Amino acid sequence: MPESLTRAVRWDTVVGALLVVLLLLSFGTVDGFGNALNLSFLIGNTLPIALIALPMTLLVVAGEIDLSVASTAGLSGAVMGKLWNDGMAIETIIPICLLLGVVCGLVNGLLVTRLGLPSLAVTIGTLAAYRGIAQIVLGSDAVTDFPTQYLDFAAGRLGDTFLPQAFLPFLVLLAIAVVVLHATPFGRSLFAIGASEEAARFAGIRVKRHKLILFTVTGLMASLTGIFWALHYASARYDNATGLELSVVAAVLLGGIDFDGGKGTLGGAIAGVFLLGALQNVMSLLNVSAQSQIVVTGVLLVISVLGPRVARQISVARAASSAG
Amino acid sequence: MTHPPDPGPAPVLALRDVSKSFGAVRALRGVSLELFPGEVHALAGENGAGKSTLIKTLAGVHRPDAGQVLLDGEPVAFHGPGDARDAGIAVIYQEPTLFPDLSIAENIFMGRQPRRALGRIDHKATHAATAALMRRLGVDLDPDRPARGLSIADQQIVEIAKALSFDARVLIMDEPTAALTGSEVARLFGVVRTLGEQGAVVLFISHRLEEIFQICRRVTTLRDGAWIASEPVDGMTEDDLVRRMVGRDLDELYPKQDVTPGDVALSVRRLTREGVFTDVSFEVRRGEIVGLAGLVGAGRTEVARAVFGVDRWDAGEVDVDGRRLTNGAPSTAMAAGLALVPEDRRAQGLVMDMSIERNIGLTGLRTTVKAGLVDRGAERSRSLDWAVKLQVKYARIADAVSTLSGGNQQKVVLAKWLATGPKVLIVDEPTRGIDVGTKAEVHRLLSQLAADGVAVLMISSDLPEILGMADRVLVMHEGRITAEIPRSDATEETVMAAATGRAAA
Repeated sequence: MPESLTRAVRWDTVVGALLVVLLLLSFGTVDGFGNALNLSFLIGNTLPIALIALPMTLLVVAGEIDLSVASTAGLSGAVMGKLWNDGMAIETIIPICLLLGVVCGLVNGLLVTRLGLPSLAVTIGTLAAYRGIAQIVLGSDAVTDFPTQYLDFAAGRLGDTFLPQAFLPFLVLLAIAVVVLHATPFGRSLFAIGASEEAARFAGIRVKRHKLILFTVTGLMASLTGIFWALHYASARYDNATGLELSVVAAVLLGGIDFDGGKGTLGGAIAGVFLLGALQNVMSLLNVSAQSQIVVTGVLLVISVLGPRVARQISVARAASSAG
Repeated sequence: MTHPPDPGPAPVLALRDVSKSFGAVRALRGVSLELFPGEVHALAGENGAGKSTLIKTLAGVHRPDAGQVLLDGEPVAFHGPGDARDAGIAVIYQEPTLFPDLSIAENIFMGRQPRRALGRIDHKATHAATAALMRRLGVDLDPDRPARGLSIADQQIVEIAKALSFDARVLIMDEPTAALTGSEVARLFGVVRTLGEQGAVVLFISHRLEEIFQICRRVTTLRDGAWIASEPVDGMTEDDLVRRMVGRDLDELYPKQDVTPGDVALSVRRLTREGVFTDVSFEVRRGEIVGLAGLVGAGRTEVARAVFGVDRWDAGEVDVDGRRLTNGAPSTAMAAGLALVPEDRRAQGLVMDMSIERNIGLTGLRTTVKAGLVDRGAERSRSLDWAVKLQVKYARIADAVSTLSGGNQQKVVLAKWLATGPKVLIVDEPTRGIDVGTKAEVHRLLSQLAADGVAVLMISSDLPEILGMADRVLVMHEGRITAEIPRSDATEETVMAAATGRAAA
């Protein structure tokens, strides 16, 4: 009995339950929430956050963070637009953009692992730098005339359902991320690194290599997201996805990933992403002003840092009073 | 008041029939204790005997379920550590927590500095009061020096001074010597004696039994939460004390088996890390236990770290079982059959928030793998297997290692490394801070490993341990190996002479 109580206050479970409650309430009481169009908007708008949340979760578990993801996404979209304007084939452009994302991530990773700089500082720097490069590349142009089959894929739905077509590839990526984090030696090492980098090193884990791989994959995923974004909204601009990094970090923390590293589950993080996405959707339907929405997001971010700690303290206290 | 007391005058602080339970665990069962003015009183017992609970009861952290705390013969009820402090009871912990950027004087008078007009801090008065405290303790520490960079020994002195500034009459010292060098211990004991002469009571906890005999007048022994004895130290032997603590005759603290050394398993040649150690060469053969002795700071731990690959070396080479190791690569050292049980088990040996199972599993992430995934069944059976072999006492294998006692944590570190089937095992202070029963178990284990053909390099600051366990003793002094002494010639004198640089190299 005490053990089940202790488990009941696990934060990722709390977030999952909150998501279910919010969805049920919204279906019942919010006009326009349940129709297929709105649901497809909800999921489509949340997908970019979810895509980047996958590698971000792994990074935060390992005790690092990447705030440059939205800029990398913006840069990829800008380069894609520029090359398309220059007449290059889209089949060539996409691999180039993905490679660019890899380079962006690699730069972050090398600065963190080789020079030993804190990732928070490094990626605030590259956040500005990558966005600046995007503006140099594309200026204030907006490129919209991408091939229709690509635009259709990024904006279209699966048959008659409300699910976007891009949802299936996302599920595949999610499955891969879950397996990597929770079932492979690599993922197990990330938890050790995040909880105690020194102990991980003394256990023969190649800490720097793990981190370099993570930053690189994060760059790749950010660039993929940038390509998706430009196609989904049929607009490649230098300021695409501006501020997305805050939504990603907020969602991941809300999902119970400990900012200090070493704790959390991908399930919790994804629940956090969709909880935040659904909340924003509902607030829009209820005509809550954009400013108020930002306030709500900010408060949620604070709660998300506080919540898991309180939950853990409760479970520790319960364990102590039951075990002695 | 300050003349040496014969137990007879009124005790300053006493416990009478105190019991304390946490859930089903009875941490203290009817324990009584009397502390007389001017006495240094030892509290002995294995890990889990109830020492910590007793200290926390005296310090006002816990309230007894039954029984009384008596101050000057009057029953008192402490509602928190503040009450105990106001009553003149202070606890000095093993690792003090000072503000590194503040001076010694500011640390001592934090939050209650003498004031001048308009609430400004009176630095002169703070300085003078601190200097007076230092004189009282007979130590020479500059009150204006920042706490950053102070040795642990000096930090403890500052904590003691802080306690005295609260007019503490009872000082509880919880394993104060665990991280100190020989000369620092001597100075701390000087301070403790001074306090005793001034009429203060010191309750002293240490796992180093010889220290109890050196400095304490009486000793109270606890076992499984129960009071066993309170008696004068005079006339007791270490064996007597161990028997009280363990409840039986300990087989032997140093069960060294004779083994004929085999082939060279670890070969270190001319290893140098600039400014840390120089030109270090030695070999360890299969079946051998080689002791690495020296003062703290002589470079022993640093050599072990470089050999294992956690630090890089600047010159030299290392072979394990005939395989050349890569500089700065623990994973290749592990693959060659090297294991390192590090000095600091909490920061380096274990991920404290992780379970016992996963901590042991960390060294098996390359081997307990099926189709690229962690084989959880194999991981669990590997962890259970070694936890049982080493008799780790735990409730559930999925519990965090932070819930275990120090001795059991150390066993988990050993389990984690023995599970890799090492050919060469380096242990750095393998029994620091663990109780005497577990210590004997660790020694038996090391001896058995050597008998099974493992080459063991044992770094230790515990001289009896080195002398009792090692086939050969290497001694380091200021980053160099200054002596190699066979078991037959190794004595405290020969080892200490080399360690302090008095012997010819």
